[in-house]
Amino acid sequence: MIAEIGLAALWLSAALAVLQMVSGAFGLRADGAQMAAYARPAAVVQAFLAVLAFCMLLWAFAITDLSIKLVATNSHSMKPLIFKLAGTWGNHEGSMLLWVTVLAFSGGLIALLERRLPEKTMSATLGVQGFVALGFYAFLLLSSNPFERLPVPAVEGSGLNPLLQDIGLAFHPPTLYIGYVGISVAFSLAMGALITRQVTPDFAKVMRPWVLGAWVFLTLGITAGSYWAYYELGWGGWWFWDPVENASLMPWLAATALLHSVSVLAARDALRTWTIMLGVLAFSMSMLGTFLVRSGVLTSVHAFAVDPERGTFILGLLGLYIGGSLLIFALRAGSIAEGKRFTATSREGALVFNNVMLSAILAIVLLGTLYPLLTEAFDVRVSVGPPYFNPAGAIFAIPMLIVMAIGPLLRWKSDKPARIQLELSILAAIVIAVVALVAFLGDYSILPILGLALAVALGVAAFLPLRGRNLMRLPLATWGMVVAHFGIAVALFGMASESAFTSEKLAAMAPGDSTEVAGWNVELLGVEPVAGPNWTAMEGRIAVARGDEAPTIIGPQARNFWSPPQPTSESTLVTRLDGQLYVVIGDQAGFDENGAARWQVRVWWKPFVTFIWYGGLLVSLGGVMAIIGRLLADLRRRRAKTKGDERREDVAALSDEAMPEPAE
Amino acid sequence: MRGLLLAFLALIAVPLAAQDTMPPAPYAYTQLDDPALEAQAVELMETLRCLKCQSQSIHDSDAPMAGDMRHQVRTRLLAGESPEQIRSWLIQRYGDYVSYQPEVSSTTWPLFAIPLLLLLVVAAILLRRLGKRRAEDDAETGVDA
Repeated sequence: MIAEIGLAALWLSAALAVLQMVSGAFGLRADGAQMAAYARPAAVVQAFLAVLAFCMLLWAFAITDLSIKLVATNSHSMKPLIFKLAGTWGNHEGSMLLWVTVLAFSGGLIALLERRLPEKTMSATLGVQGFVALGFYAFLLLSSNPFERLPVPAVEGSGLNPLLQDIGLAFHPPTLYIGYVGISVAFSLAMGALITRQVTPDFAKVMRPWVLGAWVFLTLGITAGSYWAYYELGWGGWWFWDPVENASLMPWLAATALLHSVSVLAARDALRTWTIMLGVLAFSMSMLGTFLVRSGVLTSVHAFAVDPERGTFILGLLGLYIGGSLLIFALRAGSIAEGKRFTATSREGALVFNNVMLSAILAIVLLGTLYPLLTEAFDVRVSVGPPYFNPAGAIFAIPMLIVMAIGPLLRWKSDKPARIQLELSILAAIVIAVVALVAFLGDYSILPILGLALAVALGVAAFLPLRGRNLMRLPLATWGMVVAHFGIAVALFGMASESAFTSEKLAAMAPGDSTEVAGWNVELLGVEPVAGPNWTAMEGRIAVARGDEAPTIIGPQARNFWSPPQPTSESTLVTRLDGQLYVVIGDQAGFDENGAARWQVRVWWKPFVTFIWYGGLLVSLGGVMAIIGRLLADLRRRRAKTKGDERREDVAALSDEAMPEPAE
Repeated sequence: MRGLLLAFLALIAVPLAAQDTMPPAPYAYTQLDDPALEAQAVELMETLRCLKCQSQSIHDSDAPMAGDMRHQVRTRLLAGESPEQIRSWLIQRYGDYVSYQPEVSSTTWPLFAIPLLLLLVVAAILLRRLGKRRAEDDAETGVDA
């Protein structure tokens, strides 16, 4: 029954998406108010049904219902419960259902909560949201049904990829998807405003929390994913410029640009077309990411060509939505005035500069990700990796970071660089000092050195806007900006430091042997077999100590999962304030002269590597502070308005026409 | 007869099993003694693709083939070859696909032409958005730039 309830709920949601779309379209007509009234309830009920369908699939995974094909091919009755649940979205159909559920849920949320926009704009927004949802319901129902039954229930499931059997799977995909799909609301709002020609600061104020929220989740998702890859893959890498990673980075870059652009629109009524364009771009990147990850095109273009059903479907949706929105944009952009003017040396000017830089970095990532796929279609295999992305991205990232340090110090509309001369010279001095210091310390490559210098300068610059302001009265949203910018500096520092200063030690050790890396003494005490619920492992007992401190005993494992059979390395991390010691035990490597078995041990000391993820968390925290700040200010304004209205009414009632109405 | 068949099967089975349990090449998991040379090796290995994995360099992969390639890189460096020589030897052997560092060639030129074009586009957009505005404002206030 579970699967049938889920499937029915999904079909009903799809039907409601049609209703939402049609009634949203009626809302645009002068006589359509009656039909338009259905759009909001349709969105809310649809959200409820989609969540219900998702819960049904969760339930099926929880009880390992092996008559459902998806459960049988991706789960196993012996898995720990948390991984059974997380396994729901550890596969194609389940993750697409999660995608659609988040889409429907955010659509329902905006239908339920948003009352500030003009009714027409709201109708258009809901209509677009319904249209987008409909496409993805169709994809799910027609080509990736998660609730398909097996003719004969399986005896046992075939298990989940062991790399995915980690707590990371429980958090990383849902946060990322909320971010990905949350952008859809920004897209629908942008389209709604464009269609009804209402690209105003009020519209931007409505859009801002949605963009901020989606952006916070994207940031968290990317941060979590990076840390997960770091400790799970067992080689200490935290970013590989892998197409899947790029697929999450591209929407983040676009959302970051959109976030700043929408703030300018809300505060200064400038950058109208720019904001709309970035809204379209951000959601296009979300859909492109979904296509890259979900179509199978990444494993091989040829595999995609052999079984192209799903890929072509998403590609079609991609073309429809991106093409459609660009068409509307082209038709309407002319009728939207550019908004208020500003000079190059103003805060808007700096924001425009950085939006262009972010878009350029996005273009580089897009090119480097898609180009190999393109040539592979013509049987030419090329690889594009860090040696390409790092310098090509840096061309635009370095100017961006410099302007990011200076921009918040500038005034709106027009400013004279001479006014902030002191701050500029302090920052320049910091950059030069750090470059000189690092170059003096050793022979490092140029990008990490520049990264370190810019990180320190940016870390200082992040707090400079607070100078001369009353800290108690500073709006929470401004604190959010300071924290988020500081977070970028912290993350950049971690990345540069890890690239420049990591020490590595590979050793074949017998019990009793010890080795040394960057002041750490690492001694292998012994190796013992251990067993878990669905794996067996060799666990090394290793004592690590820095200098004279008491040794810490750690137990990295070389695990062998038996369903499906696959080895993984469970690394152990020893975290200190100034970095992390990363220890992995590998295979047995022969015997030493006394006949004792030797084991491969890999040890890294990565100075300040943790700053990468602390930085990511700070950036998200800044976003959360900005959301809370904006919402509080909004609530306060609303309360003040109701209070004022009440008082005026009271006064009017008391005076009983004796006094004239105050001129408001 | 049956015994003979089993013995025969055992004979084929041994080499097959041996492939998995064969010890890795000496320099797959052993660093070079000279830290400068090892640093060169790491830098090179980070830019070579593990052909058996998905998007991993040979420097961060457990695959046996990645181990063999690491061994090749380290022994060749030890024999005095330069990193670029080793890279081109590997490219000759496995094709362009093995190197994460695309070279300008008839198949990869857009990777380099497009960023240059992008630089021009960025400059044009910035000039249009920021440069002209300033000129207009100056014209409005009657100040020469």
